[in-house]
Amino acid sequence: MSSDNRIVRRFTALAKERRGGLVTFITAGDPDLGTSMAILRGLPKAGADLIEIGMPFSDPMADGPAVQASSLRALKAGQTLKRTIGMVAALRSSDNETPIILMGYYNPIYVFGVKAFVAEARKAGVDGLIIVDLPPEECTELLAPARAAGIDLIFLVAPTTDDRRLPAVLSHARGFLYYVSITGVTGTASPAIGDVGDAVSRLRHHTKLPIAVGFGIRSPDQAAAVASLADACVVGSALVSRIADHLDDQGQPRPGLTRSVLAFVGELSRSVRAAGRTAPA
Amino acid sequence: MTVVNTFHGRPDDRGHFGLYGGRYVAETLMPLIYEVEKAYDEARADPAFAEEFARYLKHYVGRPSPIYFAERLTERYGGARVYFKRDELNHTGAHKINNTLGQILLARRMGKTRIIAETGAGQHGVATATVCALFGMQCVVYMGATDIARQSPNVFRMKLLGAEVRPVTAGTQTLKDAMNEALRDWVSNVHDTYYLIGTVAGPHPYPAMVRDFQSVIGQEVREQIVDLAGRLPDVLVACIGGGSNALGLFHPFLDDIAIRMIGVEAAGRGIATGEHCASLTAGKPGVLHGNRTYLLQTRDGQIRDGHSIAAGLDYPGVGPEHAWLRDSGRVEYVSVTDDEAMEAFQLCSRVEGIIPALEPAHALAHVGHVAGRLSQDDIIVMNMCGRGDKDVFTAAAHLGIEL
Repeated sequence: MSSDNRIVRRFTALAKERRGGLVTFITAGDPDLGTSMAILRGLPKAGADLIEIGMPFSDPMADGPAVQASSLRALKAGQTLKRTIGMVAALRSSDNETPIILMGYYNPIYVFGVKAFVAEARKAGVDGLIIVDLPPEECTELLAPARAAGIDLIFLVAPTTDDRRLPAVLSHARGFLYYVSITGVTGTASPAIGDVGDAVSRLRHHTKLPIAVGFGIRSPDQAAAVASLADACVVGSALVSRIADHLDDQGQPRPGLTRSVLAFVGELSRSVRAAGRTAPA
Repeated sequence: MTVVNTFHGRPDDRGHFGLYGGRYVAETLMPLIYEVEKAYDEARADPAFAEEFARYLKHYVGRPSPIYFAERLTERYGGARVYFKRDELNHTGAHKINNTLGQILLARRMGKTRIIAETGAGQHGVATATVCALFGMQCVVYMGATDIARQSPNVFRMKLLGAEVRPVTAGTQTLKDAMNEALRDWVSNVHDTYYLIGTVAGPHPYPAMVRDFQSVIGQEVREQIVDLAGRLPDVLVACIGGGSNALGLFHPFLDDIAIRMIGVEAAGRGIATGEHCASLTAGKPGVLHGNRTYLLQTRDGQIRDGHSIAAGLDYPGVGPEHAWLRDSGRVEYVSVTDDEAMEAFQLCSRVEGIIPALEPAHALAHVGHVAGRLSQDDIIVMNMCGRGDKDVFTAAAHLGIEL
């Protein structure tokens, strides 16, 4: 809809820089609100080009063990959807350029009330939504209010999404396409780079939207390889695992947690930037 | 009650029962559930499939299950005549096998070689492992670690039948988490694997498909009760966890508007305590496990775990068709506590010589509430959907008896 939103501006800038972008995922409120907010504030400077923020849910059926655990940590620490939106608003006071995408499952939004959620998300400065269990077939009740508010609904494309089905997904897609690089849950197997390349070329025949690739990308090298083929790579479970690695026996953050997570984002970013980009067809 | 021409003919072609149902799954699974839907549509239109299903139901499951006039309970309640549909006499001891048999025949038609399933108490797991043994298919059953600890006889049964039981340590380690884990397995094994869901829930076409396979219960009742009592019943009663035995009984009668239908949920330690599984009585609409339905959840949309003495009723959701039947007023939904179910469990054992599973003991407790208020000409049919052997340890513990 809007040709001039943060997502479009960021991908345009990345194209000018002739490189793929780094999309980072953390779960809002993991391991607690304060730590999570500190990480979030540090992400743009550490090199995140786009930020995905997970809205924790008790039953994250498309996520692997790392993101499941982070979701439960956040809920245990009292995270709510309202607090998650509040984190976006807080970040916007220091960063008005980095696109922010909320990612999660539909039930908390449905229970919050779709209209109220979209209104508050927009006010806070949210740019896009990825709702994992809301395929195009069921998206209507969220799509219309989100569009009216100028928030992009971002859809997933999987290796199982065949050419017959792809147009239905693309007809609703805005912002960018999220290619799920493996048939699996988040943070488990890593994709074969050759397969990612083939999939991205196939998608480019069908859409002009930027393509981000995620699921199973763990190391700076993998991030660079994927980002150079697509328009961006998404790293989630590996970051969330860093958080888990810096918790004590009581689940409390140990000193240096935030610094370590942001240092890892820095490594990913440098690797992605150094790789540049294999120019798309 | 909402005025509609028919209570059949649902879901619509997008899998919706009014507001409820649908296909709320990740994109990776969407092509797979379309594949199941297409295969099921083709199978349904194929007389050979119906014939094969009927043949196995008769010779392997032991259908038709009898209908039985519970004379001594009827006397005791002092009102309507109470009949049991004896689905506890099926092979494996519950109604679950009607569905697992139908689905495994479908999976075979689809050329799938690996079956996955979720289970709570283990009844659906046992019924799945049974049909996998029958057809030589690989079988993986996901079961919450908490449930594995409290249902060890069923875990052993599944293993005897050749299934692999995978403990689920995620989340609260119960049925809902087992279902999440089965969905994660399916996402990771898209080519050879068929997900055999155990109740009338999940993404379309599962709620309608499982209902269709279980409808053999109600279809038999229609004929049997007329033979035995000379006419159709006045009241149908069944317990509700996910709701498959209830829909199996109710569905063939939905358009017989004069017939009253009552679904009995688990009130656990009492609705007011919050420790129950009565999603239709005390839950709110939401989206989980592929469909929109009534759910036990917090104000922030997080799923809450339920409690019931009957492990088979211990699920925070309910089939979407029940959600629709509730809103439309066609079916009444009530709830019965652990204690009331335990009383009915003991009464039925002593008076009829039938040890019911704790799940239909809930239905029976409610029959006890309504039968006395009806006339002696009235007919109640209750689905005795499972036998109580599996529950003797739980029942003994509840009664403070050490075995």
